Amino acid sequence: MYSEKVMDHFNNPRNVGEIENASGVGTVGNAKCGDIMRIYLDIDENQVIRDCKFKTFGCGAAVATSSMATELVKGKTIQEAMEVTNKAVMEALDGLPPVKVHCSLLAEEAIHAALWDYAQKNNITIEGLEKPKSDIHEGEEAEQEEY
Amino acid sequence: MMDKIIYLDNAATTKTAKEAVDAMLPFFTEHYGNASSIYSLGAESKKAMTQAREIIAESIGATPAEIYFTAGGSESDNWALVATAEAYASKGKHIITSRIEHHAILHTCDYLKTRGYEITYVDVDENGVIKLDELKKAIRPDTILISVMFANNEIGTIQPIKEIGEIAKEHGILFHTDAVQAYGHVPINVDEDHIDMLSTSGHKINGPKGIGFLYIRKGVKIRSFIHGGQQERSRRAGTENIPGIVGYGAAVKKAFESLTERMNKETRLRDYLIGRIEKEIPYCRLNGDRVKRLPNNVNFSFQFIEGESLLIMLDMKGICASSGSACTSGSLDPSHVLLAIGLPHEIAHGSLRLTLSEENTKEEIDYVVDSIKEIVNKLRSMSPLYEDFVKKNKLD
Repeated sequence: MYSEKVMDHFNNPRNVGEIENASGVGTVGNAKCGDIMRIYLDIDENQVIRDCKFKTFGCGAAVATSSMATELVKGKTIQEAMEVTNKAVMEALDGLPPVKVHCSLLAEEAIHAALWDYAQKNNITIEGLEKPKSDIHEGEEAEQEEY
Repeated sequence: MMDKIIYLDNAATTKTAKEAVDAMLPFFTEHYGNASSIYSLGAESKKAMTQAREIIAESIGATPAEIYFTAGGSESDNWALVATAEAYASKGKHIITSRIEHHAILHTCDYLKTRGYEITYVDVDENGVIKLDELKKAIRPDTILISVMFANNEIGTIQPIKEIGEIAKEHGILFHTDAVQAYGHVPINVDEDHIDMLSTSGHKINGPKGIGFLYIRKGVKIRSFIHGGQQERSRRAGTENIPGIVGYGAAVKKAFESLTERMNKETRLRDYLIGRIEKEIPYCRLNGDRVKRLPNNVNFSFQFIEGESLLIMLDMKGICASSGSACTSGSLDPSHVLLAIGLPHEIAHGSLRLTLSEENTKEEIDYVVDSIKEIVNKLRSMSPLYEDFVKKNKLD
């Protein structure tokens, strides 16, 4: 059901992890639907994305789109990163099954959410960037149940 | 890595038994006659069908005339519900079922709702056992049918069928049970359990696909569902699937000869698997009742991870399993069964069902547990939910 590229990025996801003191962090999605993506950005003084990491709770497509999205924005300026759309992520993965297209949207949203966080922290405006709709702020999620 | 497939999805379907295949083959090539024909070629088919019907009737304590062959579990469920609703509409239009039925029941109930029937869905407890007091309270003067599954396909919980049967009998209400997952795996007796109708499917007990039966107690006045010829006492038209019927008969014979031994073996293996997972993987939850449980069913939720990812990684290790995750069903909602037992969405998404067969070995189970451990660790290391949990609880 998945392309070889999706399987490759699922099996060997690039840029998994966290960035301490990241320039921007964005978390999108919700556990109810089964997908949560968190993207960390390390942005230098020239507004170039030096590093990008992710953590994802979700299906194979969710992991693969996160991985691909981080690859696509790494080394780009924040303006260039704004052009990494869900379509670009899907194309880079040789397509996704129709029911999984929302995963690529989530990847785009996660990048935007992290950029928004960066813009807020630095008090700047990024052209074309709107406040993320589904950003999950720390501590706002439903309490995790323990066993 | 093992070089063969480890099949742990026997609730989805089973391997057709050699005995069943061997029994079927001549009915494709030599004895291909139509059982309704007068000549001896047809008589061969009819004789084989009669034998299979006898074996099957005996297996549930019924008479052969009460066994109606169908194309499988879904057809049997559809027939039982729709035909009962029609036949007893003058008595009432109210049906009681449970929240954790198979979609063959739930979607048929949706259809009946559009035809003016009212359905009451009785809740289950945290182990998936139907609440009998709620069931009793749901009964109305216009209730015509109670349909509750014998055992659940996802979490393996076995329902108090005898008690439900008694309640139905007391109130003069028909009782149907979807026994697709239970038949051939646990003993069933339609008289002791007061069952009026019972659905089964061949391919769940090492028989062929495309064959099942509906048991209809003598005296239950439900009509034909498939209209046409005189087959199945004019209640289910269509040339009989003789190879399927013969194969099903052979599979049933084998399943019931080995029932006790197989139940013991599978229960031991099941409890060993459950024990190892609970001991070795933190933040997991066994779904379903620990005791009132199908001998071959294991269902766990692993916190902080999602089921489809787990299944793909298991597949790469040669392990076939299934999940109640939304991603495996093509919808956004996880399994209705896991939600009905009270699991929060994110935990329902991280569920894994392993269903054993007598062919599985302890070595296979050890390999499977080791694989699950490795995969769960890997997925948790990638999970933002786990990251938050660790930070919050200052673990690591």
